[in-house]
Amino acid sequence: MTTSPGGLPTASSGLAEHGHDPDAAGHFGRFGGRFMPEALIAAVDEVAAEYDKARHDPEFLAELDRLQRDYAGRPSPITDARRLSEHAGGARVLLKREDLNHTGSHKINNVLGQALLTQRMGKTRVIAETGAGQHGVATATAAALLGLECVVYMGEVDTERQALNVARMRLLGAEVVPVTTGSRTLKDALNEAYRDWVGTVGNTHYVLGTAAGPHPFPMMVRDFHRVIGLEARAQVLEQYGTLPDAILACVGGGSNAIGIFHPFLDDSSVRLVGCEAAGDGVETGRHAASITGGSVGALHGAFTYLLQDEDGQTIESHSISAGLDYPGVGPEHSFLRDIGRAEYIPVTDAEAMDAFRLLCRTEGIIPAIESAHAVAGAVRLGRELGPDATLLVNLSGRGDKDVDTAARWFDVVDPASLPTEEPASPDAAAGEREL
Amino acid sequence: MTAGGANAPDRTGLGVLEDVFTTARAESRAALIAYLPAGYPTVAGSTGLLTQALDAGADLVEVGLPYSDPVLDGPVIQHAVDTALRGGVRVRDTLSVVETLAARGGRAVVMTYWNPVLRYGPEAFARDLASAGGLGVITPDLVPDEEHGWLAATTTHAIAPIFLVAPSSSEQRIATTAAATRGFLYTASTMGVTGARDAVSDTARALVERVRRHTDLPLGVGLGVRSGSQASEVASFADGVIVGSALVSAAEQGRAAVARLTSELAAGVRGNHTGR
Repeated sequence: MTTSPGGLPTASSGLAEHGHDPDAAGHFGRFGGRFMPEALIAAVDEVAAEYDKARHDPEFLAELDRLQRDYAGRPSPITDARRLSEHAGGARVLLKREDLNHTGSHKINNVLGQALLTQRMGKTRVIAETGAGQHGVATATAAALLGLECVVYMGEVDTERQALNVARMRLLGAEVVPVTTGSRTLKDALNEAYRDWVGTVGNTHYVLGTAAGPHPFPMMVRDFHRVIGLEARAQVLEQYGTLPDAILACVGGGSNAIGIFHPFLDDSSVRLVGCEAAGDGVETGRHAASITGGSVGALHGAFTYLLQDEDGQTIESHSISAGLDYPGVGPEHSFLRDIGRAEYIPVTDAEAMDAFRLLCRTEGIIPAIESAHAVAGAVRLGRELGPDATLLVNLSGRGDKDVDTAARWFDVVDPASLPTEEPASPDAAAGEREL
Repeated sequence: MTAGGANAPDRTGLGVLEDVFTTARAESRAALIAYLPAGYPTVAGSTGLLTQALDAGADLVEVGLPYSDPVLDGPVIQHAVDTALRGGVRVRDTLSVVETLAARGGRAVVMTYWNPVLRYGPEAFARDLASAGGLGVITPDLVPDEEHGWLAATTTHAIAPIFLVAPSSSEQRIATTAAATRGFLYTASTMGVTGARDAVSDTARALVERVRRHTDLPLGVGLGVRSGSQASEVASFADGVIVGSALVSAAEQGRAAVARLTSELAAGVRGNHTGR
């Protein structure tokens, strides 16, 4: 295992063999696979073959580690949230600070890997889906760094609400295409990215933003994010001499969660807790909790839990956190839930926003609203387990992007000072929409 | 396949679908296959439009089952399907459209993304479609690798599982896809989503030539055909000419426009056809 300054595992360690890969066709148990048009099978085969070569190529691995260290700022630290602990039953709460990465979230881990892979494949153009920008900004960033043409698909509704992020992507040289079909949000942006890819596979790689979609994306994106858990495991062991009792992470598509969970899969004493966005409450039907409140089916390339009606039509999700506002989930999470290795709990908008404020005021950290769902889960679990427990929370992103949403939620600024484009409902005020 | 002996016509879905291509071949022409989605503009309206297409010369219709996330469809079909879904169309409506068409002798297959079938239950879907008189199912986002019992269900109910091949398909994938397919093989003319195009790309002819080396199945070529002359061109090398988006656009103008375009396409598949 290669190490970074400080002796921690590096990003490339995440790509090493670990014994938890899906079968050759991408199945995690009954989940995953490739539910997608034949026209794209050759493209995903090419990605799978190239990824397999890259993960064994010392040059690729060295370049990934160099960028992760010198450009993205890895490793990210662990912060002992001592004042937050008082509100979490006295349990020790450790924060894995992915919010401190370049571009402000864990997304950069995956994007750097896929952008390097794009170069290896000799492709010159990348496309990405984004709801409101986090993955889009990360992709635009990596494309700028490596000199790739970049097109980001984004629901029209989101381009209007997230004009600032559209501007960020354009400043970075990306073309942002508003998607006007369907619900004009994230899932439609994803549909549109697939449509682009069918016609452009010759020169284009689709940088999928989460550990979902057809094989090899769930496996590959997971591996690029495994560095989160590898670092955290070494850091916690070294600094506290013990493994955590539980790890909490928010789950939309589930990339940050699978990244931190995965290196702990064989540590059977460690509980893995995914915090799904329950919106107004799972019982109201207005939520994004695909595992807690959904059923199995095929969406966007994989067999997994999803939100669907009795005819198999996708149901629109709802969450104040647009990053979690997606009606599906990565197939490995579905698998981990079915075998009982991970548990998934719903966290409502209100609980997440309480945790958001709590973290701001106790630790001086403004989290992404996505990550606030994991903080809320930790507060709940800490109260249950008490002061002897050690909880590790993946703080997957920073909350600058959510300041407007939070300011409205808590009514902390004069409404007249906010942008005039008043969203129609609290959920419409959602900040970043990401898988 | 039927109890009536070697000379009795095969009235199963598979048998009738075979007839479509045998008949066309006997007439030295390609079959015309017309796509329109169920429920657009309404369920009754779609039945009327599909009936019009059959009456105006389509040998077979593809009844589209509206789905919320049609990743292989361009804007025209997306819009029609959106309209149908907003109008409240259900999976059972697609089956009832097929039933109405079949009752008056129309030949119909269903074109559907996979999740609605998964949700309905693949075995139940095959059973209910066969009992409605449907002949087969085209599944644009299901590859044979993930069929999980679908081939068995379609065999049990004697309807055709119809898969797609694309210009990007490897020789090996063409072979395995053709081996899993019954009725006819959907041959995508180009790398792209559905939608009328000005010219049928050369890749269609090249792909048909490649596919012929692997199978004797009739080959239906789709994606991009919109005119009689294009139909005629495709008919010169394919067994079936599939037209979707152009008919959906015509449907926006009403039944007469669908009839006009279908007649033009039907003449196209009969002209300039050099046979195999």
